[in-house]
Amino acid sequence: MKKSVRIFALTLILLAVWSAIVRLADIPSYILPGPLMVLKAWSDNSTLLLNNAAVTLTEILLGMLLGIAFGSLSALLLMMYKGARLWLLPLLVASQALPVFALAPILILWLGYGMASKVAMASLIIFFPVTASFYDGLRRTPRSMIEMSRLMTSKQSGWRSRLRILLLIRLPSALPSASSGLRIAAATAPIGAIVGEWVGSGAGLGYIMLRSNARVEIDLMFAALLTLTVMAMVLYWFVDKSLRLIVTWSNEDERHDE
Amino acid sequence: MTTLDRTAPGVEMRGGEVAFGRNVVFRNVDLRLPAGKIVALLGRSGCGKTSLLRLLAGLPSTSQDDNTVWRGDIRLTDERDRSGAVALMEQSNPLLPWASAFENVAIGSRLRGETPERERALALLDCVGLRERSDARITTFSGGMKQRVALARALYEPCSIVLMDEPFASLDAITRWRLQHRAVEMLSGRTCLLVTHDPLEALRMGDEIMLLKGAPARLETIPAPSTPTPRNLDSHEQQELHAKLLDRLAA
Repeated sequence: MKKSVRIFALTLILLAVWSAIVRLADIPSYILPGPLMVLKAWSDNSTLLLNNAAVTLTEILLGMLLGIAFGSLSALLLMMYKGARLWLLPLLVASQALPVFALAPILILWLGYGMASKVAMASLIIFFPVTASFYDGLRRTPRSMIEMSRLMTSKQSGWRSRLRILLLIRLPSALPSASSGLRIAAATAPIGAIVGEWVGSGAGLGYIMLRSNARVEIDLMFAALLTLTVMAMVLYWFVDKSLRLIVTWSNEDERHDE
Repeated sequence: MTTLDRTAPGVEMRGGEVAFGRNVVFRNVDLRLPAGKIVALLGRSGCGKTSLLRLLAGLPSTSQDDNTVWRGDIRLTDERDRSGAVALMEQSNPLLPWASAFENVAIGSRLRGETPERERALALLDCVGLRERSDARITTFSGGMKQRVALARALYEPCSIVLMDEPFASLDAITRWRLQHRAVEMLSGRTCLLVTHDPLEALRMGDEIMLLKGAPARLETIPAPSTPTPRNLDSHEQQELHAKLLDRLAA
């Protein structure tokens, strides 16, 4: 309750500062419209904004789904196969030297103006943080846990017991680390979708921003930005909250106990 | 497959040697764990007790150094393979923080792809006084409670040889006393090495008592009282033996 009051107060203060700057500095509304103007633009264009927000949100969610799926898969591959570590890991690291934004025009060329290119963009942006954090978590399973599991399965050998150790021990023990990757994913996937829309699109909040900028409908542009901000914040809050509910332990307190 | 083989074999180690670079922890150590008995291994901290225990369990050295010597010829007296026969309770208690007490106790079954034996796991948790907390998350447990879960887990394993490293170290005096007595019953029929720094514990639980001492450490056998374990240590001779043990530890 206290927190929500604080957030509400903070929002009010920010709006007041915004409004004060516009009035006191006498900034023309085609540079920075006041909050009331933006709110009015929002209510006048609410259907347009909500429809396009739905497009962007779909891109973000599909991008997260794909990025998390491929990221987790490659983390598991890296953990399970030495070959993957030798060949895939350098490739992954090298791919990070390439700014993902620079790929946007190419993705649009290959996947078209529709949603696919934006989904690809969002998933590419989160792929590496998800892979890196998850793989790191898998690798840092406390040694004593692995030794214990191997001792418990030492009568059996081969891939079955290795797989069970991976699923029952390494995977849950990697979740605290993986969840920080997922938080980064929730925070950055919107960037990927918007950048994709800026480079070329016919729908979405990024598209609305560019279009209203060209038409000098600056209040609408800010209304789109506001929508995007609220959407991204809700997405992050939701992911963060669910992770807190699921991952209630950390490997840190394991170490402190000793 | 999961029922305990009651004809536990003894364990023999010849020429046990552990050295980290120029620091020789012990060398030429011969150790015999008689079948179905509890051997209490006493020693002050840092003398190599844990290394000896890990060596017996078939675990590698904790040091990755090239200069590490880590060897010993270990066999079971029934000539069978050691793999799958040894349960280990380490001092670090690697419990799974995401799982409940019950899931921790029965994790061995799940890792082997078997159905957890719920009744047996709950009975063991009952023995260590945690049955009513069996579904609670391990993260809500105190250090002593975690150690009791780890003890139940080591005893859950269908192994005829149990190696324990300071299993009662973080328990309060009363729980410790009770669990030492319970553990003797629960370990009956199994071959057990109990590593401890507490002479009282060795006297209460050990069918045989050994002392690891010196640098490089050597193994001495101390004559244990002939009375059956668990011992109550109220007789005069046992008090004397306790004093003697303390003397030899300190020497």
